[in-house]
Amino acid sequence: MKNKLIELRNLTKNFDDQQVLKGISLDIYENEFLTLLGPSGCGKTTTLRIIAGFEEPSDGQVLFNGIEISKVPPYKREVNTVFQKYALFPHLNVADNIAFGLNLKKVEKSVISQKVERMLKMVGLSGFENRDVTLLSGGQQQRVAIARALVNEPKVLLLDEPLGALDAKIRKQMQLELKKIQREVGITFVYVTHDQEEALSMSDAVVVMNNGEIQQIGTPTDIYNEPENRFVASFIGESNIIEGHMIRDYLVEFDDFQFECVDKGFEDNEEVEVVLRPEDLDIVEPEHAKITGVVRDITFKGVHYEIMIETEKRMYNVHTTDYAPVGKKIGLLFGPEDIHVMCKMGAY
Amino acid sequence: MKQYRHLIRPYLIWSLVLVVIPLFLIVFYAFTEEGNEVLTFSFTWKNFARFLEATYLNVILKSFWLGFITTAICLLLGYPLAYFISRFSEKAQDTLILLVTIPMWINMLLRTYAWMNLLSDNGIINQLLGRLNLGPVSMMYTDFSVLVGLVCNFMPFMIIPIHTSLCKMDKSLLEAAMDLGANRVQTFWKVTWKLSMPGVVNGVMMVFLLAVSSFVIPKLLGGGQYMLIGNLIESQFISVGDWNFGSAISMILAVIILISMRLMQKMDKLQQEE
Repeated sequence: MKNKLIELRNLTKNFDDQQVLKGISLDIYENEFLTLLGPSGCGKTTTLRIIAGFEEPSDGQVLFNGIEISKVPPYKREVNTVFQKYALFPHLNVADNIAFGLNLKKVEKSVISQKVERMLKMVGLSGFENRDVTLLSGGQQQRVAIARALVNEPKVLLLDEPLGALDAKIRKQMQLELKKIQREVGITFVYVTHDQEEALSMSDAVVVMNNGEIQQIGTPTDIYNEPENRFVASFIGESNIIEGHMIRDYLVEFDDFQFECVDKGFEDNEEVEVVLRPEDLDIVEPEHAKITGVVRDITFKGVHYEIMIETEKRMYNVHTTDYAPVGKKIGLLFGPEDIHVMCKMGAY
Repeated sequence: MKQYRHLIRPYLIWSLVLVVIPLFLIVFYAFTEEGNEVLTFSFTWKNFARFLEATYLNVILKSFWLGFITTAICLLLGYPLAYFISRFSEKAQDTLILLVTIPMWINMLLRTYAWMNLLSDNGIINQLLGRLNLGPVSMMYTDFSVLVGLVCNFMPFMIIPIHTSLCKMDKSLLEAAMDLGANRVQTFWKVTWKLSMPGVVNGVMMVFLLAVSSFVIPKLLGGGQYMLIGNLIESQFISVGDWNFGSAISMILAVIILISMRLMQKMDKLQQEE
């Protein structure tokens, strides 16, 4: 079993009279790629800054290898950060930026230059030693920032929306590279992003946050397939969210029909919310389905069509490769495993 | 923008008449002396040679020494103040910078007279010291009074460029340095100080230039016998009436200042490359 490296215990943080963290508890394991995911202002960056030591929590504990560190200054922590806008030192060249931490530790010059060279090779910037950092492209600056952090061999690398300032194509490429680097160096990455696709494709574990609270912690598949509440379901991917209630275990009722499902553990007749992912829905002839409706809109999206179907109760969003003309009456088909039942939560 | 370009012409004429022509006249006077009836002037090195006399060399040494001390004090006091101001919120910074510049709104002569009143043998400071049985201390017409005048007058020229360069600095760089293992002192010397160098160089140059060539402040606060290069030039033009010698000193001063500025820039570059 992997070891716990960082434990956050009931962290709160107030700025003036605003509470930005409302009790965050989280375990971060060795060699894990963990992503803090949430909309802007949800407290994910504040959580990262508390781990880095730039902010002190108003209350709660930060344990590193079991030792409380929330009062330890950043320069004494075994973590390094990749900043959102890279924060490279403009007065130093590429090699000196990367060597900054090693120079402070008074490492021997020959060792430094070897390590810098190795880092540059890893991030694909060999031969860039003497370049001026201010003249590099965004992607290159990002690589220097990663090298500058990793050369210190931290136990944890913190990344604060590191790809936010890059254009879409380079971002995709950097996602793959970051994942590769993480496997190569074998340390924990804590990654902050508001981009759900980024979170799902890179992480071992995703922490979904909103309004200073953790909504769900799980693997990307768990988060996507088994969202715990309406916020997670609507923030990650598209979804049809329908109010209903559990008749009993494995039987849920919504839109006046009863459906078999794979969920249990709710109270009988408990009010719940049901998630139907658009890509899990199929269109069939009306007589083969319980829920029927009329096609109101169809959009070609490349891989699939996005069809808006109006039923008696609501509008359904369906992603399917089948075509149906606007105005056609059709049925919606889905199986028990496509139904995801969640606890009902307050209004959003 | 292009259609406004002709608007620069009045300014060009203005600076030609008031800056370029006088400069040529100074060069002309410096290399000439009064001639005979046929030719009213003749070329000579005499004015420059005269400057090598010990009296005059002492004057220039003293001027540069005083300029150096003034600059050093302005830097030592001004840098912490600029740093301190840059840590405030933007609104508070505007107010604080305004406070720094307010003295400059008042005429320099007036400010200097005010210092004379404060520092004189029966001025406010000596009256206070007298009440405390510590005084009176004679402060006027000494190096001290001249330095006080110079430092107070030129301090804003040090603070403002340093403050500007500190403000321009990305604060996340400080966090990056701390993150990489630099404590507060190391962060200051390795990042803040290095990045504020352009401001420091500008401030040092301005204050040094102003201090070396000033003549009103040393005259008023240092008394008649306090001779700096600015006073020397002034007296050559105004009381002695030897325009040729005065021009030569002006030229020498300008050349020495130019050389020291170049050295300063070179040193700054070398430090950046380290």
